[in-house]
Amino acid sequence: MLILDCPCCGVRGEETEFHSGGEAHLKRFGPGSSDDDFHGYLFEKVNPKGVHFERWRHVNGCGKWFHAARCTMTLEVFGTYSAQTLEPPQEIKDKITAKRPGWSWREFS
Amino acid sequence: MSNAAVSALNGATVQGFARVEEMGLQGMITLRGDLASAKVKNAVKEATGQDVPALRSLNTGDKGAVAWMSPDELLIMVDYAGVTDTLALIEAALSGEHFLAVNVSDARAMFRVSGSAAGVRETLAKLCPVDMTPGAFEPGMFRRTRMAQIPAAIWMPDAETVQIVCFRSVAEYTFNLLRDAVAEGGEVGLFS
Ligand SMILES: [Zn+2]
Repeated sequence: MLILDCPCCGVRGEETEFHSGGEAHLKRFGPGSSDDDFHGYLFEKVNPKGVHFERWRHVNGCGKWFHAARCTMTLEVFGTYSAQTLEPPQEIKDKITAKRPGWSWREFS
Repeated sequence: MSNAAVSALNGATVQGFARVEEMGLQGMITLRGDLASAKVKNAVKEATGQDVPALRSLNTGDKGAVAWMSPDELLIMVDYAGVTDTLALIEAALSGEHFLAVNVSDARAMFRVSGSAAGVRETLAKLCPVDMTPGAFEPGMFRRTRMAQIPAAIWMPDAETVQIVCFRSVAEYTFNLLRDAVAEGGEVGLFS
């Protein structure tokens, strides 16, 4: 069971109060993009064992979207942070480094 | 033919180790906007006599109540009969501001669970993933959560009462959940 802290309303809730919104920090490619870019945006998601970044929504709560950094193997949550960002904040990256030295995920490490 | 409004369950009640009541018609207004703005604070004051509540809390008085729903949303609770006037008051107070105010009275249902302090806490603990331990959840707090399979918001008007707001369309489901949770013989004794 995942325990998540919603950064929007401060609730520490268990998984069923939230809903996963898939991989975080996707760069959108829409009309006018190349077929390869559009295909990558739609279908090429990472599915790592270990450090992962996801979007979550506090669906049975404040209703807001946020980001979570967690380990897919242990369900440990390294931290949650605002949805209004294009990359994980340094504070979150530092927390992951403290527990998973040498981690990397897409272009972040 | 009568056009008189009725609440979802017309005041249904059930008595177990705690009492469950559907509270009848309640005036409710959803207000969305910038909760830090002076105009919103003023509108809430005019509508309810209360200040904008702090994160996950509610403020209550004779004139009405106001609850914190999300970083940009409040739930204003007033008498059902006065809801149209209150809405007009809010709209006038917020003219020129970016906001949304909607009368949701007939889209919601409200329930009261009352009895012993331990009994009402246990009833909600059976249905919601919320820590109902004294100290962790107390009067003045307002918590949106999940009640079995539906969204709900809960608060404690006093130590022996919990009130619940849910969508009207699931009022019967909510009542049945609560009826089963308060059934005699179903006491777990978690808080007693
Ligand atoms: Zn939240």
